[in-house]
Amino acid sequence: MPAAESYPDELKYHPEHDWARIEGDEATLGVTWFAQDALGELVHYEAPRVGSTVTKDESYGEVESVKGVSDIVAPLSGEVLEVNQKAVDEPESINDDPYGEGWLIRIRMSDPGEIESLMGADAYRAHVAEQ
Amino acid sequence: MVPFAGFEMPVQYEGVIPEHRAVRRDSGVFDVSHMGELHVDGPTAQAFLQNMLSNDLDRVADGEAQYTLLTNEQGGIVDDLIVYRLAHGQFVVVVNASNREAVFGWLKDREPRGTEVRDASDEYGLLAVQGPQSLERLGLGDAPAFTHAMGELDGVEVMICRTGYTGEKGVELCCSAEDAPLLWDAVVARGAVPCGLGARDTLRLEVCYPLHGNDIGPDTDAISAGLGWACALATEFTGVNELRRIREDGPARKLVPFVMDERAVPRQGMPIEGGGEVTSGTHSPMLDVGIGMGYVPTTAAAPDNQLVIDVRGKPKRARVVKKPIYRKES
Repeated sequence: MPAAESYPDELKYHPEHDWARIEGDEATLGVTWFAQDALGELVHYEAPRVGSTVTKDESYGEVESVKGVSDIVAPLSGEVLEVNQKAVDEPESINDDPYGEGWLIRIRMSDPGEIESLMGADAYRAHVAEQ
Repeated sequence: MVPFAGFEMPVQYEGVIPEHRAVRRDSGVFDVSHMGELHVDGPTAQAFLQNMLSNDLDRVADGEAQYTLLTNEQGGIVDDLIVYRLAHGQFVVVVNASNREAVFGWLKDREPRGTEVRDASDEYGLLAVQGPQSLERLGLGDAPAFTHAMGELDGVEVMICRTGYTGEKGVELCCSAEDAPLLWDAVVARGAVPCGLGARDTLRLEVCYPLHGNDIGPDTDAISAGLGWACALATEFTGVNELRRIREDGPARKLVPFVMDERAVPRQGMPIEGGGEVTSGTHSPMLDVGIGMGYVPTTAAAPDNQLVIDVRGKPKRARVVKKPIYRKES
């Protein structure tokens, strides 16, 4: 079942519809409900390699529906510690649970100061309302 | 909604994948009113069309239909179309929306004395009702594929054609343009799931039906495209000598279906290593893998041959398969 629209308060948001859950110097990244809803049922997640680096505001992977492909933009910079293999094997988990089972990567942040530039849930909800 | 050939067309209603599965398992309905309908009438119409079209029209009786090609001098495909024989000297030709003007112009320019070609596309609505339960849902008895008859469905006068573009049993219902909304509502009320252009594309690709503009076109010949079966090379039609030569020599490249061996979705225009290009690609909702068709050198065209497709800079493995890519388990 597709998830209901939500933007959890404890997450940080990037305007390109990505979220970050900060845990010490690590962060878990994913795409928001809005992003997965716009893309439709996902059929492929092209993930980065563990050990590679991702750069804030740049693409680190792709998600693809039957209709088309979309870059995934990194909300923060860092080294990839883990890729969610479940999202690779069952991309529909990104639709079903975008903030839970459908997370995409976990990184060690290289510049935690970047967090300051991200939006809180209220600001992101306002951003989505303008789309 | 997307603009397409002068129509506003829905890509999807509920979603491409659920619509696709509805057609494979039960039934779905597509509004394909954008397709063109040409009337070709007159005492010389039969001979004229036999001379213009690749297939053998003389094998088509009243109430029958035939898949055929309008070819150019090079054997290239101006359009692929279905010709319906209503009666002696009375034909309807259903053409791709994007080629409506090209086909009409082509035929009109060559129209002989005793034939009249008329573009009647704006007069008709066309709904495709497809799926294993489609005939039952419509209360229709079975009929052989590529036949047609006049009838009535829930008060709407329709021409019922046992044709389609999904690989499933089904019909295409042609009605007057003004009755089309009524017919749509009646078909949906009977339980057919509304389907958009997205599912139409994934369904046809799973069964390897070529799409004009993607897989075939004026620069691709019918033999290389695997449509030799729709070319009666013993008859005379435009480009037949070129097609006979290609058949004799063997085509240099062939349109082949393939399945990805790695997770990736092939798309139109992606290069195939060793020379070649993807002409159609998608994710198969039934097989849950990337699938596609593309032209490859004949030496690489045999089933099970490994291909490597350049998916936005990343090489991904695929393998040539036999048609169709998806076959219903029986």
